[in-house]
Amino acid sequence: MNATALRSAATVVALSMQEGIRRRVFLAVLVLTLAFLGLYALGAHFAFRDVDEFAAGETEILDPHAFTGATIFGLAMFATLFLGAVLAVFLTLGVVRGDAESGLLQPIVVRPIGRTTMLLARFAGAALLSAAYVVVVYLAAWAITKATGDWSPDHLLGPALGLALAVAIIAALSLLASTVLSVTAQGIVVFMVFGAGLTAGLLAQIGNAINSDSLHTIGRVASWALPFEGLYAAGLHALISGTSGLTGVVLQLGPFGGSEAAGPELIAWAFLYLLGILALAAFVFSRRDL
Amino acid sequence: MAAPVLAVSQLHKRYGRQEALAGVDLEVEAGQLVGLLGPNGAGKSTLTKIACGLVRPSAGTVEVLGRRAGSPQARAALGYLAELFRFPGWLSAAELLRFHQRLVGSDGGAAERRALLDLVELGDAADKRVEAMSKGMQQRLGIAQALVGSPRLLLLDEPTSALDPVGRRIVRELLEELRGRGVSVLLNSHLLSEVELICDHVAIIARGRLVRAGTPQELAGPGAVVVETGSGVRSFEGAGREEAPAIVAELVAAGESVYRVEVQHSSLEDVYLEAVGGQTG
Repeated sequence: MNATALRSAATVVALSMQEGIRRRVFLAVLVLTLAFLGLYALGAHFAFRDVDEFAAGETEILDPHAFTGATIFGLAMFATLFLGAVLAVFLTLGVVRGDAESGLLQPIVVRPIGRTTMLLARFAGAALLSAAYVVVVYLAAWAITKATGDWSPDHLLGPALGLALAVAIIAALSLLASTVLSVTAQGIVVFMVFGAGLTAGLLAQIGNAINSDSLHTIGRVASWALPFEGLYAAGLHALISGTSGLTGVVLQLGPFGGSEAAGPELIAWAFLYLLGILALAAFVFSRRDL
Repeated sequence: MAAPVLAVSQLHKRYGRQEALAGVDLEVEAGQLVGLLGPNGAGKSTLTKIACGLVRPSAGTVEVLGRRAGSPQARAALGYLAELFRFPGWLSAAELLRFHQRLVGSDGGAAERRALLDLVELGDAADKRVEAMSKGMQQRLGIAQALVGSPRLLLLDEPTSALDPVGRRIVRELLEELRGRGVSVLLNSHLLSEVELICDHVAIIARGRLVRAGTPQELAGPGAVVVETGSGVRSFEGAGREEAPAIVAELVAAGESVYRVEVQHSSLEDVYLEAVGGQTG
């Protein structure tokens, strides 16, 4: 890629980000995020206060702060992933077929930038915004948890990067869908895929709780088929990977059940998956008449 | 002889079972203004889109300055305005042009933007947002956008469809100026009078085939020489201005009194209607 192509790509990335920030959905997500963080702060405050009263004198057996902190922060991670997914999908909504039908795409595609570069630039714009968003919300939730209950996860940065990669994958899936589907169908399909991934994660948790190998296997396969779920589960695991004793056992029975560490295989697979989805989107787009 | 700026050879395009283009040949020379006429669905827009790489041909070739249509080099040499287009509404006219300057790698800067906006008479609207512009202003901005980076070939698909008579005249004058600068233009239009007025060459497409091509004068051709004589009005079909004196001399020699002679031409509209066989989209 030469300097002109890079400059063109950077121009489209900048336009995509500007456009994304200008969309009403971005404002809606910001308002929802502030509401979520406000409620989270309130909930965390009362959760830590009540658990202190409840567990008074019993802290040698179960660490109430670790239990409460991990549980509510795990929940915050789920909400962050969900809001990040909403943002990623809406930032890529109609990027190919929708924009082609409205006539927005053609004046750009006829320029020397080329279709693949344009598509990757649009992806980069959406993925950067979504990834930055989840990292900021995740860190805000951590700051609230730390301030209200003086608890921090065992690993702070890894889960944040996992969430960022997860929303980038969702953005890529949404971009692929936009090459063939109308705007409405694209939104429905991507949210259904997202829901399917989360359901598979839930199945893995249930499988872990009732010791069902079949359910656990289904969840594991789904985590690889839809690696955003695998990354989320790995992030959950990283929050409490150093928590041992009864606290660790009890947490494993709750929302952290079935979560597994992100080995190098999952990380490598997630990147390969992302590249594969983008390559497929670029191939479909290159063969599409506009 | 220099290679044509746009060379279309045996171009075919099928959409499923429907044949949009069935072997079209067309050339646009440097500085030539070519009008592409035809009913709706005749294949005009498809041809234009293939030329700028938006649509892939089923067979045949299209070259822009000797480069395969759709290649980066071909795209760098052309400017395009689609029949249906939309620009981000939140951008101002100047911002939109700056965006396209970056896409084409133009280093014309503010001077180029100002010159282009002046060219389409939008000099006072540089800071106006696209969403606040009328459709006609957006169409003129679209032409300015297509001219960013000084392209050698301009492909315009119905560029005056949303313009009022004043706007049309502005575009007409602009196209004539561009021709003067050596820019080649392929103009898709339904406005026969407009094409007749400004185009050097006209190509008529019907049902995916090129049915007539030539200069407006060649296409219009001689209509008839009509002579009013003492024994009534006589029409000599197919005769032109050059034959009129001989016809008159012959009639006078035969003892006829000649009162009036009129050389009639068939209009481009007549030629068009005859070529497309009354087909409409």
